[in-house]
Amino acid sequence: MSEPLIFEISVSGRSAHAQAPDVKVNRDAIPASLRRKAAPKLPEVSELQAVRHYTRLSKLNFSIDTHFYPLGSCTMKYNPRACNSLAMLPEFLGRHPLAPVSHGQGFLACMYELQEILKDVTGMAGVSLTPMAGAQGEFAGVAMIRAYHQARNDLGRTEILVPDAAHGTNPATATMLGYKTREIPTNAEGDVDVEALKAAVGPQTAGIMLTNPSTLGVFERRIKEIAGIVHQAGGLLYYDGANLNAILGKVRPGDMGFDVIHMNLHKTFSTPHGGGGPGAGAVGVSQRLLPFMPIPVVGKTAEAYHWLTEKELPQTIGRLSTFMGNAGVLMRAYIYARMLGREGMHRVGEFAALNANYLQARLREKGFDLAFPTRRASHEFIITLKRQKAEIELTATDVAKRLLDYGYHAPTVYFPLLVPECLLIEPTETEDQATLDLFVEAMVKIWDEAKADIKQLKGAPYTMPVRRLDDVRAARQLDVRFVATA
Amino acid sequence: MPFIPHTEQDVASMLKTIGAPTIDALFDEIPAELKAKGLTQVPEGVSEMEITQLMHERAGLDGAPLNFIGAGAYEHHIPAAVWQITTRGEFYSAYTPYQAEASQGTLQVLYEFQTMMTELTGMDVSNASMYDGATALAEALLMAARANSVNTDGLMLVPKALHPFYAEVVNSCTHAQGIRQAVVGYDARTGKIDLEALKHYEGTKPTAVVIAQPNFFGVLEDVDAITDWAHSQGALVVACVNPTSLALLKPPSQWGSKGADIVCGEGQPLGSPLAGGGPYFGFLTCRMPLVRQMPGRIVGRTVDLEGKPGFTLTLQAREQHIRRAKATSNICTNQGLLVTAATIYMSIVGPQGLEKVASASIANTTALIEALTRIKGVELVFASPRFHEAVIRLPRPAAAVLEILADQNIGGGFDLSPFYPELGQTLLVCATETKTAKHIQTFAAALAAALH
Repeated sequence: MSEPLIFEISVSGRSAHAQAPDVKVNRDAIPASLRRKAAPKLPEVSELQAVRHYTRLSKLNFSIDTHFYPLGSCTMKYNPRACNSLAMLPEFLGRHPLAPVSHGQGFLACMYELQEILKDVTGMAGVSLTPMAGAQGEFAGVAMIRAYHQARNDLGRTEILVPDAAHGTNPATATMLGYKTREIPTNAEGDVDVEALKAAVGPQTAGIMLTNPSTLGVFERRIKEIAGIVHQAGGLLYYDGANLNAILGKVRPGDMGFDVIHMNLHKTFSTPHGGGGPGAGAVGVSQRLLPFMPIPVVGKTAEAYHWLTEKELPQTIGRLSTFMGNAGVLMRAYIYARMLGREGMHRVGEFAALNANYLQARLREKGFDLAFPTRRASHEFIITLKRQKAEIELTATDVAKRLLDYGYHAPTVYFPLLVPECLLIEPTETEDQATLDLFVEAMVKIWDEAKADIKQLKGAPYTMPVRRLDDVRAARQLDVRFVATA
Repeated sequence: MPFIPHTEQDVASMLKTIGAPTIDALFDEIPAELKAKGLTQVPEGVSEMEITQLMHERAGLDGAPLNFIGAGAYEHHIPAAVWQITTRGEFYSAYTPYQAEASQGTLQVLYEFQTMMTELTGMDVSNASMYDGATALAEALLMAARANSVNTDGLMLVPKALHPFYAEVVNSCTHAQGIRQAVVGYDARTGKIDLEALKHYEGTKPTAVVIAQPNFFGVLEDVDAITDWAHSQGALVVACVNPTSLALLKPPSQWGSKGADIVCGEGQPLGSPLAGGGPYFGFLTCRMPLVRQMPGRIVGRTVDLEGKPGFTLTLQAREQHIRRAKATSNICTNQGLLVTAATIYMSIVGPQGLEKVASASIANTTALIEALTRIKGVELVFASPRFHEAVIRLPRPAAAVLEILADQNIGGGFDLSPFYPELGQTLLVCATETKTAKHIQTFAAALAAALH
């Protein structure tokens, strides 16, 4: 099962005639010194060839629509089809971002209501929708923390605290805003080491970035105390919303004491991941950060919806996208939120927790080791293969690759970095019990296979379009574009 | 319960396995005082039918105006196949291709995309996308700052005739890392970068010089002279280009004697609908020696353990999940689905089609300018070679004129006066291949009526 490159089926002179405007190319419109001399080598194929090629390529993917996809920290839940078709109504697709607001009252109404819904479910005072992914939401959040301290002329705060289990984006974001990162250790039960935190805070602390439930799949129980310690030191609290699905409607980050949060709408609000994007990383802020929100924000008067820009928010951290972020993604999130409604929000958190705790209990019952056996799972949990690796050389990679053969996308592996041979498993609320049971069976079978013949297992996957790939060669003999050989 | 499959029996049996009395007991580690009291602002849930009715109503409010606005987002015909394939569940609902063996479809699409972008821009390597054009430029400048080991002050020469929102985004995204923008003015007669103004920066050791081609006014810059000057100053050249225009314009790799170093831009014209401003995608390409400074995902072709070719994410040691605080950027999620659409778009349209799209857009903009400047008091501001946009001066303030046009269901252009008050009452207008002679006539008649 493999598909040639589109360039390999390209034939000079072929084209999809129906798709080009009926016009004579006038190269003289461009001065000779600026003119292109040789056409770019884009594919020359018929429309059918292109359709067939990309349809076939699509079939080489695992996806939520085709496979159980328990990828921890990524919330691979069902992406309702209506969210897509309604966000793609021709009027929404045709709307120019700089069109007058009189030509966008429908769109702006949706965005305004989405802001209000997100404020309510997170307990924050204001929401800006513009960040285009979680990492950009983090950037916006830390930029607001920085702007807040600067506005108070509190200029000695040079450090951002980050738990050692944090997503890599947290320290990377702090660096992009000119901060030094200081890591806070985690204790044996998966909580932040509060004594270490107390020792780390001081007049140099700008803030702390926390995920709760943490990347370890457990709820940070001493969050109020942590908030007190950081606030006491003059720092602010940033909530990484990667795991918001676990507590949606059950606990609000605003009530936990967070000053600023980002939400991954492509996780919690079920917009598609698209093979790597687009996302949307809306940010919510407490009262004291309201003046710094990224622009534009949607405002409302008695007559109409309108944009709030630097005129209304003179202390804004500024614009983070050319227009207003990933509008179409935001539309999908809005439609999803309206379908869930008030009662649907907390059910997301509840059933995500039910599925995770059930799967955790079933795997434990089959003998797998939990990373945090004394803890409840949140919406996800970690099993560690440390013992299996020592006994029979079975690694997290081996299990991940073999799961593909059984028709399951692998869980997240080797993250968080502090748990050896870990699998971070997030089933989400949209899976049924039978699917979870079949996954448990596959896990048990793989362990049995490993006991019987570990060498055979290390050859997995066997049924995918390719076997294990040589990543070292990919990096050393860099081949990142097709070059035709004559 | 929308999208939750559990029956009451399922719940009971699952709780029994867990050993918990109720679902609420699963939250018993959360301190009681933190539990939410219940939401007040979220409306009651609605069915798919009801939300469908509401969204159609909302869409109706937005209408379908006749659009002559460009200014960074361009209305092009998108073949029906592009989004029908792109929204197949296998592309739409897949994650980032971390498990390469189960993601060869997405990975091959990205490899093909990278090839197409390097073909258009003439560069050696492309990443798998940035968020949009403005953030691609911001990241290109941060990349230049890491790559230029001689001119290390972070001084970036940025044309005044760059999209003003791009300049704002660059500022928001880079100032905390010590990047400074110095603005290079434009020639009031031609609308191009003023070469004399550029020479004021002789000897200031700029880290990079940004060249927008076409610039925000739609005018084509003398890229050769600016590129050579920038290189003579030890600066890297960052090209910010419209991908459609590259079907006709020489690729940045051929600018001046050495070519641009980094190329970026807004990918929206390649198959992304206007959609209120996003999602679009940014592209970023560069010369091979700069690849280790490039942010974002890159797909490489390699072999599997049987020697069969396959695709995988590569050079991940640049990225945040490995490098953490020392990463080239914090970006991880990008705009993969839009890249899928762009790859299918470029395959279907092909090199000839793209050249025709570009040519038709130039011809229609020329026809538009002819029609509009026939109106008394309306004049073309810059008589320079251009792509598919132009600046016109009006005898009345543009904002008021745009309002009148909006009432007649016309998006009449982008009011430049808040950003370029020195130009007077000016409007940036655009006509792509989607505009017919009749559309242009309608616009001209409405503008004439609005002015007189």
